[in-house]
Amino acid sequence: MSAQSMKIKLKIWRQADNNSKGAMQDYNLDNVSPDMSFLEMLDLLNENLINSGSDPVAFDHDCREGICGMCSLMINGEAHGPQKLTTTCQLHMRSFKDGDTIIIEPFRAKAFPVHKDLMVDRTAFDEIIAAGGFVSMNAGNAPDGNAIPIGKETAELAMDAAACIGCGACVASCENASAMLFTSAKLSQLALLPQGKAEAKERALGMVKKMDELGFGNCTNAAECEASCPKGIELSNIARMNREFFKSALSNK
Amino acid sequence: MASQACTSGICGYLCSSIGKKQLMGVTAFLLIGFLKAHLLGNFLLLLGPAAFNEYGHKLMSLGPLLIIAEIILLAIFLTHLVLAISLVWQNRKARPVKYYSKQRTGRGATFASNTMPYTGIVILIFICLHLWCFKYGTYYEFDLDGIIVRDLYRTVIEYFANPFYTAWYVLAMIAMGIHLSHGVQSAFQSVGFRHARYTPLIKKLGCALSLFLTVGFSGLSIYGYYISTTLNY
Ligand code: FES
Repeated sequence: MSAQSMKIKLKIWRQADNNSKGAMQDYNLDNVSPDMSFLEMLDLLNENLINSGSDPVAFDHDCREGICGMCSLMINGEAHGPQKLTTTCQLHMRSFKDGDTIIIEPFRAKAFPVHKDLMVDRTAFDEIIAAGGFVSMNAGNAPDGNAIPIGKETAELAMDAAACIGCGACVASCENASAMLFTSAKLSQLALLPQGKAEAKERALGMVKKMDELGFGNCTNAAECEASCPKGIELSNIARMNREFFKSALSNK
Repeated sequence: MASQACTSGICGYLCSSIGKKQLMGVTAFLLIGFLKAHLLGNFLLLLGPAAFNEYGHKLMSLGPLLIIAEIILLAIFLTHLVLAISLVWQNRKARPVKYYSKQRTGRGATFASNTMPYTGIVILIFICLHLWCFKYGTYYEFDLDGIIVRDLYRTVIEYFANPFYTAWYVLAMIAMGIHLSHGVQSAFQSVGFRHARYTPLIKKLGCALSLFLTVGFSGLSIYGYYISTTLNY
C-alpha cells in the first residue's frame, strides 16, 4: 500500500426495511487507504461485517464511474459528500482525515422511501419521466446529420440539461425535498430542441402534475440543489420549467 | 381521478406547485409596490404635522376608491399568506424523517432563505398591531386651515414615544428586510425570469431595495421617538 492507512469512525443509518424503525449505528474501520473510493471503503466495512457474521450495510451503486446516478449517500450532511461536482462513487477517502467520524445517511424524502439501510426507492423519478419526459412522435428513418439546424448555444444548453444522471441529490439537499431541479433538467433537454417542441405542452403539464402528486416539496429558490448537484445542473432550468408550465397551463383547455 | 377538478385550466394551475409559487411572486411584487408608496407617504412626517395630516386627509377623502384599494390590498396580502401556509405545509410533509446531520453547502441557501416562514410570521404580527395602533388607533383632531382632519401625526409620535414600541418596530422592519432580501430574487425566479447577466443584478437590486425600505421605515420610527422626546410634542 502506497499511502498511509487511516482509521475511520462511521455513524451509519441502519434500517431493516421500510416498515421498521431505523437508527444510527457506530462502526470503527481500520486499514482504510486514502486511495480507496468511498464505496470501496463501505465494501471493506461490509467484508468485515460479513466475516463477523453481521448483516452488511445495504447501499446503492452500479457504474462506480459517476454516470449512472445510483450511488446516493448523504455524507456528513451533504449529498454525495464534501467534494463539489462529484458523485459518492467518485469521492475518495483522501477527502477525509485519519480519525475522522463520517456520518452516512440515506437521501431523505417522502417520495424516496427507504428500502433498507442507505438504499432508497427512487421510482418516483421514473414516474416523472414516464409522465412526459420523452418524445413519442414517429421519427421515421434516422434523419440526415444536419437536416434540422440547431444553434450551438441551444444545443449546449440542452446537453447541459441532459447531463442529469437522476441521482436525487437535488431532492436530498433541498430543504423542502423538492424535485424541481431534476424535473426541469429532464424537461429542458427536450423543450430546448425542435424535436421536443411538438409535445412541449403535454410534457410540462404532465411532469409537473406527477411531481406534485408524488409528494415532493415546493422550490423556495434557495439553490441548495444546484450547489450539491454532481453534474452541475443549473437553476436556469427551473426558471425555464416555470415559463414552460405557465405557458402550457394557461393555453390548456 | 380523485383530483379531477384540479387537473386542468386555471384551477389546475393554481393547485400546482409552480402556479402557487408564481402567484406568490406576483403578489410579492404588488406588496413591494405598496410598501414603496407607503414609505414615500411616511417621509412626509419629516415635513411636520400639517403636511403629514394633509396627506392623510387627501387619502381619506378618496372615499369609496380608498376602500376598494384597501380591499384589493387585503386580498393580495391574504393570497400571499394563504399560499405561503399551503406551500410550507406541503414542504414539511415532503420530508417526514429528518436528517441526523444536515449541512448546508454554503453555496445555496442563505439565512434569509431559511427563515422566510419566520420573518413572514413577524411581518404578519407586525401588520396586525400596526393597523390596530395607527389606522384604528387613537383619533385626534387637527385644524388644517380651518378644516378639521385627523391628527395622525400625533398618534404616530405618541406611539413612538415609547422606546419599546420603537425598538419592536425597528426589529420588525429588519425582519421585513431579511424577508425581502431573498424574496425579491426568488419572485423573479418563480415567474421564470433568469438571465446570466440580469439575475446577479436583480439580486443586488433586491438587497438594495430591502435595505432602503428597512432603513426608511425604521429611520422614521426613530425620528418619531426623537421628536417625541426632544421637542415634547
Ligand atoms: S455508482 Fe454510478 S454514478 Fe455512482
